Amino acid sequence: MKIKKSLAISETGFVFDPSTGDSYNLNPTALEVIQLLKEGHSPEQISQAITRKYDVDESTFERYFYDFTGMLKQMQLVVPDEE
Amino acid sequence: MKSNKLNIAISGLNNVDSPGPGIPVIRGIRESNRFTSRIIGLAYENLEPGPYMHDFVDKSYKVPYPSEGVESLMDRIKYIHSRENIDVLIPNFDSEIFVFIKLVERLREMGIHTFLPTLQQFEERHKSNLPAFGKKHGIKVPISYPVTSVSEIFDLKNDHKIDYPLVIKGIFYDAFIAGNSDQAAIYFNKISAKWGLPVVVQEFVKGTEVNVVALGDGAGKTIGAVPMRKQYITDKGKAWGGITLDDPGMIDYTHKLISSTNWRGGMELELIRTSDNDLYLIEINPRLPAWVYLAVAAGQNLPEALVQLAAGETVEPFSDYAVGKIFIRYSFDMICSMDEFQQLSTTGEL
Repeated sequence: MKIKKSLAISETGFVFDPSTGDSYNLNPTALEVIQLLKEGHSPEQISQAITRKYDVDESTFERYFYDFTGMLKQMQLVVPDEE
Repeated sequence: MKSNKLNIAISGLNNVDSPGPGIPVIRGIRESNRFTSRIIGLAYENLEPGPYMHDFVDKSYKVPYPSEGVESLMDRIKYIHSRENIDVLIPNFDSEIFVFIKLVERLREMGIHTFLPTLQQFEERHKSNLPAFGKKHGIKVPISYPVTSVSEIFDLKNDHKIDYPLVIKGIFYDAFIAGNSDQAAIYFNKISAKWGLPVVVQEFVKGTEVNVVALGDGAGKTIGAVPMRKQYITDKGKAWGGITLDDPGMIDYTHKLISSTNWRGGMELELIRTSDNDLYLIEINPRLPAWVYLAVAAGQNLPEALVQLAAGETVEPFSDYAVGKIFIRYSFDMICSMDEFQQLSTTGEL
């Protein structure tokens, strides 16, 4: 999954999609995840990074991760042909 | 005509909840560093805010409504011109553009310059002519029919030419979405009473409304274009907040449309972007819109460029604009003296 290149993501978790004018607020964990996605990391790599850093097991993280990425797809914040 | 100081007459000074473009156009002109300006406001009503906004309007004159006839408007313009020596005139209401297009030559003979669409451009983009316009220029438009009675709407439905929900639109302003025949009849009566006939019945296209403000040089070249999405819409459907978009598709669309029509003057494209990413043209307004100052703030001073074009100058096209620029409209209670109100009401000048 590739995050839209044009997406502007601030350090405070504010996300702006310049093609639609929509903006979103992310919590700190979501911000970390979306930054890792933007850097091109795979879901497995992201899972490793987050579970190592936070007190969360892999299956719980996976559930939240796919819920989050599903939302990103729904909001068209990912590159369509890479979905 | 070359001058560093221009006397510019501008209408559309009703800076109210459904604002005319006059004041935003003046804001752009005031920010010009290519010329200075004396702004002459053309007002239709005593309570239009523009005449009392002295930072924007230097002198105001009441003018008769276009519906009172071309000659009475022309007589008034002649009088104003004798006092103010107007260089450029920018009409900003849809309902007066037609009249001023008709007067372009006579105004030019008086030394008053305009930069308006041609009569053909104005007529072919009319809401009631939109399907033919779409076909001619190869663009997607919703199915629409001009009607003069409620029964025609029912006939269109019975003949399966159109289905609910549909949009009922006034020839100049206003649009309502009708979900059934009762609503269609109510909206038809409401709009026809206010704006006259025909009323336009249009297919409802589901998607996100996006808009473009643009300026064509009359020879197929786009001088500037800025796309925007309304972020906050009033109950009258007007933008109370909006944001500039990074949308090369909309810019390309605008360039093609202006090239195909040789559009002359300002325009606002009202488009619907569907979930399939198709753009449907729902309307072309033949003037700069009330949100044009967003384009100025984003780096394209289109009102200034329009004045330069009217003055016969060559204008280089804008190549860029700031994305993510937001406008938020606000209301403001201006305090005016009874003397000023009295002066405008009784003498027609302020």
